[in-house]
Amino acid sequence: MAADLLHYEDIELGRSLPLGSRTITAEEIVAFARLYDPQPFHLDEEAARATPLRGLAASGWHTASLMMRLYVDGLLAGMASMGSPGIEQLDWFAPVRPGDTLTGTFIAVGKRVSKTRPDMGLLSIVIHLDNQHGTRVLEMRATALCATRERAA
Amino acid sequence: MWVFEDIPFGHTVEIGSATVSAEEIVAFGREFDPQPFHVDAEAAAKSHFGGLVASAWHTASLFMRALVERVDRLADEIRAAGGEPGRLGPSPGFENMRLPRPVRPGDTLFFATTPQDGRPLASRPGWAVAHFDNTVTNQHGEVVMTFRSAVFVTLRAD
Repeated sequence: MAADLLHYEDIELGRSLPLGSRTITAEEIVAFARLYDPQPFHLDEEAARATPLRGLAASGWHTASLMMRLYVDGLLAGMASMGSPGIEQLDWFAPVRPGDTLTGTFIAVGKRVSKTRPDMGLLSIVIHLDNQHGTRVLEMRATALCATRERAA
Repeated sequence: MWVFEDIPFGHTVEIGSATVSAEEIVAFGREFDPQPFHVDAEAAAKSHFGGLVASAWHTASLFMRALVERVDRLADEIRAAGGEPGRLGPSPGFENMRLPRPVRPGDTLFFATTPQDGRPLASRPGWAVAHFDNTVTNQHGEVVMTFRSAVFVTLRAD
């Protein structure tokens, strides 16, 4: 494994790491919804006005997928990642509208080395997405597995 | 969708199925989750997965499509029986997503949900929140994903 990748020891507890930004268009919102979440409030501005979302909004799965893209490009691609066993919690706090710019942030809130596998570290992570108004639209709490330097040696 | 009062709490409901191709796995991975084991068969073969696997977000999105289609069919069935279907609102989130096994090209996924509990919302007249335990199983009967989702649904109007 390449030595220049970030390893478990390099991830500082409590430090916010910026994951970059992404602007979402109406066309992208509708294209995703047609494939994966064809509900009126994700497909059509007119129909969306009569729903609790009061206008076109991205599928939560689309927002979560964009969060993943920011996470991969902003951190995971340069990290000795060993995958993830799952997600503890994901909250969608506010609708994501056409033209919104979403900015991602990663924070490790806990870390420990696996007792049975010293080559593997477990990170408790929080990733959140905020829009251009500073409103939090998504927050995820998950576990990320990351190689320790022992594995690289 | 059922109105909140008609949700069959404690009973597992089959939602539908979908077969996933390598092309779809790679297309989703390129757009949203470009880790080597989602986008590159050769690199995936050398990874701990031993081959291409679907992004968890892809599997969850396929679950969602099957759910929306099932909810639409259910509404048609309820109307045909002379009833008034409920409406599905946005979801506030999910918890405890587990991925016990990977999803591989050619896998057929079977989606099911078990409504667990719920309550009317004081803050949103006419609406309730309900929790569903969702399971995705492959053609070998192996569980590939579980998660508990919260959804908003309408109460009976009369």
